[in-house]
Amino acid sequence: MGIKNVDQLQDMHLDVLKEIGNIGSGNAASALAGLLNCETDITVPVVKLLDFDDAVSFVGGPENIVIGMLVDIHGEISGMMLYILQHSFASRMTSSIFGTEIEDIFNMNEMETSFISEVGNILSASYINALSSLTGLAIDISVPNMTVDMAGAILSVPAIHFARIGNKVLFIDDCFLLGDKNNKIKSNMILVPEMGALETLFSKLGVEL
Amino acid sequence: MGKPITIGIADLNVGRDNDTLVTYALGSCVGICLYDAEKKIGGLAHIMLPSSKEASSPTDNLRRYADTGITELIKVMNLKGASVSKMTAKIAGGAQMFSVSSSIFNIGERNVNSVKQILNNFKIRILADETGSNFGRTVFFHTENGIMEIRAATKPTLMR
Repeated sequence: MGIKNVDQLQDMHLDVLKEIGNIGSGNAASALAGLLNCETDITVPVVKLLDFDDAVSFVGGPENIVIGMLVDIHGEISGMMLYILQHSFASRMTSSIFGTEIEDIFNMNEMETSFISEVGNILSASYINALSSLTGLAIDISVPNMTVDMAGAILSVPAIHFARIGNKVLFIDDCFLLGDKNNKIKSNMILVPEMGALETLFSKLGVEL
Repeated sequence: MGKPITIGIADLNVGRDNDTLVTYALGSCVGICLYDAEKKIGGLAHIMLPSSKEASSPTDNLRRYADTGITELIKVMNLKGASVSKMTAKIAGGAQMFSVSSSIFNIGERNVNSVKQILNNFKIRILADETGSNFGRTVFFHTENGIMEIRAATKPTLMR
């Protein structure tokens, strides 16, 4: 049986994606530790298939203002990744590196923009590297394209893309622990594989569909 | 004013008299407000894609697409007593949320073009057009007076 649609994924497939997510997030945590110069840990990411509305409530509701970073995936598999960073996440990052929080999320200065974009770059590269080394697939990614707006409007971009191939989005919930263990920040990622990408991915890993 | 009637993505609904219809955070999607001023019946559809020809299966939700979504909205409004010859339209959304040039990313523009084409086919006049650009919009549609209210994160509220 071929898998054309993310709605058809079983728990077993989600477990595989979770493991890839786990390795990717681990890589991301070490890379962030280097960048932020503080101890960074990560809890096991939660991977789930969510309906659009649930994904939107998960990131704070349709009108919650968030930073969206879109990364284009191409090569032996293609698709896109969308990171949703909350204002508080971004501010924690900037305050640990510049000593200041982001005052106006809509008018970030050049330093803040390029720094947040670099964080997006690290997160996506870590995840894709994990995917690539586990599967042996050659995968390239674009630099993140960033926007700040209502979560619903940003999430509609992968939702529209997904609409052609399924009703649900593949949602990865990462929880980073910066410095002391009580300082949790969350980032959310939505993975949008093109039709056929999942089949390629699972067949490379020897997972039956 | 009672509680607003919320319309999710790829959905539609109809209200009358002092109802308010709302759809939150349109990105590249388009919100289509249709109004029969005589009967004070208004409808709002939130479409995602230009054409039902892109549907992947026959069981697909047809409210997702501009052509089938608008056709269904008109049908539902007719059932409530509105007539298509009296209807006018106000539209919003169709933004390009990320500045990447690839066919999937100009989906907002394609949605808007398709919506205009279909409204033209039904001979429904467009009285207000708040589409395009690069920001998200929330639309409130007041069926008492046919006013479309647009809320955006960094822009003043518009009454159209």
